[in-house]
Amino acid sequence: MTATAQQTGATVMTNVEAVRSTLHDALVRDDRVLIMGEDVGARGNVFLITKGFLEEFGPERIIDTPLAEASIVGVAIGMAMEGLRPIAEIQFADFIYPAFNQIVGEAAKTRYRSNGDYTCPMVIRTPYGGGVRGALSHSVSIEALFYHVPGLTILAPSTPADIKGLLNAAIECPDPVLFLEHKKTYRSVKGEVPAGYYTIPIGKADVKKAGTHVTVVSYGYNLHQALDAANRLEGEGISIEVIDLRSIRPMDKTTILASVRKTRKLLIIHEDNKFGGIGAEISAMVAEEALFDLDAPIRRLCGPDVPAMGYALTLEEEFMTSTEQMVDAMRDLAKF
Amino acid sequence: MATTITMPQLGETVTEGTVAQWLKKIGDSVEKYEAFVEVSTDKVNAEVPSPVTGVIRELIVKEGETVATGAPIAIIDEVSASTTPGPNGSASPSEQVAAQGAVDTGAQRPAQGDAIDTVGAAAASNGSSAGSNGNGPGGVRVSPAVRRLAREHQIDVSRVRGSGDHGRITANDIIAAANAGPSAGVAATITADNPEYVAKTAPANAPAAPGRSTYDSARPGDLIPLTQARKIIAQRMVESKHTAPHAWTMVEVDVTNVWKWRAREKDAFEKTHGVKLTLLPFFIRAAVESLAAFPLMNASYTDEGIRVHREVNVGLAIAADGNLIVPVIRGADQLTVKGLALAAGALIDKARRGKLGADDLAGGTFTVNNTGANGSILSAPILVPGQTGIVTTEAVVKRPVVRDDDAIAIRSMMNVCLSLDHRVVDGAVASGFLFDLKKRLEAMGPGGSL
Repeated sequence: MTATAQQTGATVMTNVEAVRSTLHDALVRDDRVLIMGEDVGARGNVFLITKGFLEEFGPERIIDTPLAEASIVGVAIGMAMEGLRPIAEIQFADFIYPAFNQIVGEAAKTRYRSNGDYTCPMVIRTPYGGGVRGALSHSVSIEALFYHVPGLTILAPSTPADIKGLLNAAIECPDPVLFLEHKKTYRSVKGEVPAGYYTIPIGKADVKKAGTHVTVVSYGYNLHQALDAANRLEGEGISIEVIDLRSIRPMDKTTILASVRKTRKLLIIHEDNKFGGIGAEISAMVAEEALFDLDAPIRRLCGPDVPAMGYALTLEEEFMTSTEQMVDAMRDLAKF
Repeated sequence: MATTITMPQLGETVTEGTVAQWLKKIGDSVEKYEAFVEVSTDKVNAEVPSPVTGVIRELIVKEGETVATGAPIAIIDEVSASTTPGPNGSASPSEQVAAQGAVDTGAQRPAQGDAIDTVGAAAASNGSSAGSNGNGPGGVRVSPAVRRLAREHQIDVSRVRGSGDHGRITANDIIAAANAGPSAGVAATITADNPEYVAKTAPANAPAAPGRSTYDSARPGDLIPLTQARKIIAQRMVESKHTAPHAWTMVEVDVTNVWKWRAREKDAFEKTHGVKLTLLPFFIRAAVESLAAFPLMNASYTDEGIRVHREVNVGLAIAADGNLIVPVIRGADQLTVKGLALAAGALIDKARRGKLGADDLAGGTFTVNNTGANGSILSAPILVPGQTGIVTTEAVVKRPVVRDDDAIAIRSMMNVCLSLDHRVVDGAVASGFLFDLKKRLEAMGPGGSL
C-alpha cells in the first residue's frame, strides 16, 4: 500500500479483487441484489470471484444455474422486471450466444415495449478477451455483437477503481447493462481503489494520460498496453493522449472529440476484430463531426478478421496486438 | 470534360431567370450539388446546385443579366475518377489542373502561370510517388485540418515547407507559418534554406472588419445594400402605386359567431391535421364567395380591356426573412374552409422554410393580407400589380355594440379594409363586394361544416 493510499483510505487491489469486493458490498448493501450463473455458488466462480458468497448470503441470493445461458438471462429479466436487482453471470463471454435473444430481443426492449411501465435493471457480467491461452472458446470479444442494439449499455472498465465505480453504477442503472471484464487484466492489473461506496457515471470516458500529438482511444487489456507504449514514446519527445473508453455504449463523444480537436490525429485500438467493430463507429463519428480538425487519416489497430483466436502461442500472439505494434503506430502517426 | 450549365427552369410557368449572384469565381472548384449561382425569377430567389464536380471555367452570364431558361450560363470542367492523375500519369495537363482544383486547399493561390505549372507538376509527380500519406514531394494535397487552417489564416499551402512524413504539410506547419506571418504584403523567409512563404493579405493582428448592417440588423449610419428581393419589392410597389389609382374602403364585421365556431373546432383540427385553425380560412371562404358574386373584383385592367379571370387564385401576403412574399392558393373557390386552412398552412410553412417555388407565387388574382396579426386595426394596402382588389383582416377586438334592438352587447369586432383599382371598379361595386363579404362572414357560426 502506498502512502497516498493510506492517507485516502484507498486499497490496492487487482481487477478480480475489485469485482469481488464490489459484488460483496452490493449484496450486503441491497437485499434485492442476487447473483446467478454457472458455478457461482458451491464452486465460488471459476475465477473465485464469489468464493464464500453462498455460505454468507445463502442459496436464494447466490444461485447455481444449469448450463443454460438463455435461462440464466431470461430468469434474471423476470426478476429484474419484478423489482429485484439480479446480477447474471455468463461464465465466459464465449458462451453468451444462446442468451442473445433474451438480451437483445427481451432485456434491451423491455422499457420501450412496455412504454416505460417496466424496466429491466439487471447486470450481465462476463469475462471476455484473450491472451491467456484460452483458445477458441475462452478468448472472444463480444462487444461489437451487442453494440448495435439500442437499449443496452455496454461497459468495459480496465482498472480496479473504474470497475468498482462502474459496477456500482451498473447495479444502480434501471436498464440492462452488459458488464465486460477482460480476463487477462483480472490478476495482471493492480491499482488503488477508493474506500466506500461510489459510482462513476455511465457514458464518461477517462483521459488516462494527457498528451498533444496523437489521441489514442482504447479499452480493456489493450488500454494498459497503450499506456505502456505512450510512456515509452515520452522518451522520444512524442506526447500521446490515451483515452480509456470505459463505457462502450453510450459512447463519450465529447471527450473523444475534444481530444481529437486538440491532437488532430486519432488511433483506435481494440482487441475485437476490426471489421464492423467499435473503432468503426468511433471513426465514423469523428469523420462526421471533426473532419476539418483531422491532420491524418484515422488509424485502427485491431484483431485480425479470423474466426477465432488459436491455441498455439504463435497464433495467439498473432491475434493480440503487441505493445511494440502500438509504439510503431503511434510514432508513425505522430510523425505523419 | 466540360459541362455547360444552363439556366434552370424554376417552376413550370417560368420562362427566364436572372443571375442574381455568382457564388463561385472562375477557377473555383465546385462539388456536385454545391450551390454555385443564385438565380432570381419574378419573385423567388433560388440557389442552384452544380450538377457535376469540377472547376468553373467560364461564367457566360453576368450578374443581373436575364436569360431564357435553357440558355447556357456557365461552363464547368468536370472532374471524374478517370481524369485524376493515375499511376501512368496519362492525364492531360489541363485535366491535371482540373483534378488538382477539386482538392484545392481553398487558400489563395497566385492567379498566373507559374502557380498552375507547379500544381500541374505536383499532380503529375503524385502519380508516381503517391504514398499512403497522399502527398508527393512539393504537392499540395493536404489534410482536412490543413485545408481549413490554411483558409482561416490565408496561407498559400504550396509555399509552406512540410515537416511531416515525406515533406507532408502538417497542421502545425500552417500554424507556425501563420504565427510567423509578417504584416500585409511583405513576404518572409521562415527557415534558413529559403522555403517560400506568401504573406497573408491582411495583417494577423488587424481588427476584424466590422460586419455590415443587414436588413435584419440595421444600424444607424450604415448603408444597407439592396438585396435582389428588396429591389423587386420596391419595383413592384412603385409600379402598382404609379399605374393603378388606388381607392380605399372599410367595413366593420361582427365575427363573434365565426370566432366561436373556430374556437370550438380548433383543438380537434390541429390535432387531426397538424395545422392551426385561424380565422383566415373562414375569411378566404367568405371572400371567394363574394368574388363569385362580384366577378369584377377578380379581374385585371389591360389596355385591351378588363380581363375577368375564370380562376380564383388568392394570394396571401406574408413576411418571410424580412421580405414581403405573396404565395398563392390556386383555385381557392374550389376549397372548403378545411381545404383553405390546409393549403394556407402548407404555403406558410414553405415560406418559413424558404422553400417556395416560382409556381407557388404566380397567378394570383386577388390578395388577402392579415394585418391584424400585428395588432393593426386599420390599413391601406397596395395592390399586387395586375389585381383589382386586396383586402385586409384587422385585429379582432371586443367592443360594446348597439344592436338592432337597441341593446348594447359585447361583440368581437374586426375591421376589413379594401384597396381597389379604380380603373376596373368604382365605389359601388367595391362597396357592394365588401358589404357582401361582411354579411357572409357574419352568417358563419357554430354548426357550419368545415
